[in-house]
Amino acid sequence: MIRVLITNLIRFVALVFLQVFLLKNISLYNLSMPYLYILFILLLPFETPNLLLFLLSFLLGLSIDAFYDTPGLHAASCVLMALVRVLFISVTVQKDGFDNEPEPTLGNMGFTWFFTYAALLTVVHHFFLFNLEVFRLSEIQYTLLRFLLSSVFTLFLILVSSFLFFRRKER
Amino acid sequence: MRNLLIFISKYNAFFLFLIFEISALAIFVQYNSFQRATYINTTNEVTGNLYAQVNRLNNYLSLTQINDSLARENARLHNQLKSSYYIDTTARGVVVDTLYKQQYSYIEAKVINNSVNRRNNYITINRGSKDGITKNMGVISSTGIVGLVVSTSEHFALIQSLLHKDSRVSAMLTGSREIGTLLWNDDLDPRKCLLIDVPNHVKAKVGEEVVTSGYSLWPAGISIGKISNLHAKGGGFFLNMEVILTVDFSKLEYVYVVNNKFALEQAGLEAQKKKDD
Repeated sequence: MIRVLITNLIRFVALVFLQVFLLKNISLYNLSMPYLYILFILLLPFETPNLLLFLLSFLLGLSIDAFYDTPGLHAASCVLMALVRVLFISVTVQKDGFDNEPEPTLGNMGFTWFFTYAALLTVVHHFFLFNLEVFRLSEIQYTLLRFLLSSVFTLFLILVSSFLFFRRKER
Repeated sequence: MRNLLIFISKYNAFFLFLIFEISALAIFVQYNSFQRATYINTTNEVTGNLYAQVNRLNNYLSLTQINDSLARENARLHNQLKSSYYIDTTARGVVVDTLYKQQYSYIEAKVINNSVNRRNNYITINRGSKDGITKNMGVISSTGIVGLVVSTSEHFALIQSLLHKDSRVSAMLTGSREIGTLLWNDDLDPRKCLLIDVPNHVKAKVGEEVVTSGYSLWPAGISIGKISNLHAKGGGFFLNMEVILTVDFSKLEYVYVVNNKFALEQAGLEAQKKKDD
């Protein structure tokens, strides 16, 4: 229990630092921007209570907002993403399977499941984020292009970091 | 009542979602529509100090360029010194100047956080209300116009960059002295802006220089850029011209905050007129 707590705390701080001091400065042709910090919400344990899940997503979003000067923007996207996470997990994972697989990682859940999960949540998060930031229909082409390319970039980074910290399920 | 509680606990995810989403959107909308100073941005002491630390590290990587730009700036200032002019009259009377009063003063500041790749870009500088910076002051660099101050804390100030959805600058063509509005194009290229609202009959040329008009917060004649395309966007009765900016926003290091000493007086007068109407 304590171990899970500390792991997630470190992950939170590390991902926020990585996002605001490194990834914030990276963009490909001004179109594709990675938002790797959402990996924290992806990797929260299955048994996280809903209240804690939403609260953490909200706080994660706000701390990113503080560095990006966009109060509320990332927080709103992260909270929406948390809802999609709850729905997706309730549909695809059996309740009694939690003892064996505490966290939805690549090693625990297999590539197909993890890829679908990460892709769906990333797309929802990015779509909401980019459209809320621009908030204009007249620029929809650019927004959609930026949204698609950024999703691909983020998803790529999520998979790379998942393989980097890959641990096979112990049976 | 019991049924209601059961209903709420059964779908608790949705209700929790509603609570947090609404509070997030409330923060978002409030900040965006009133430009109100919230505490969640980079002028806050924690984030500001963290950026200042990281910036100290980054400085070493661009020392050559900074030295170059400072040397150029020094040379330019030396040129304006009285001592660099040759005095061709022998006798000069000393004139105590009572006609001219200084209108603009400049506060130099260092950029500690900057971005160019988002729809709305902000810049954080290491001077704040303690150094006399207040909201709605213009900001320039040695090469041209940069943005305007939107919020300050004791040691930091947040600048809304020219590369922002809501940035509007009154600009003037140097040849015809025709006034237009400068805004950031929606293709999000950090090197280009759009000059709109110039009437169709004006004969503008590609390569003509664009400067500030003096009608907004910046002093008149600060350089903005050069026209690169006369018909960038269909505009009907107006020319919509593309302007290549002189300031390289991605390499911004030092800026000057412009303090217009009569800004308050002017704003007060105009507000009073509006009230009378």
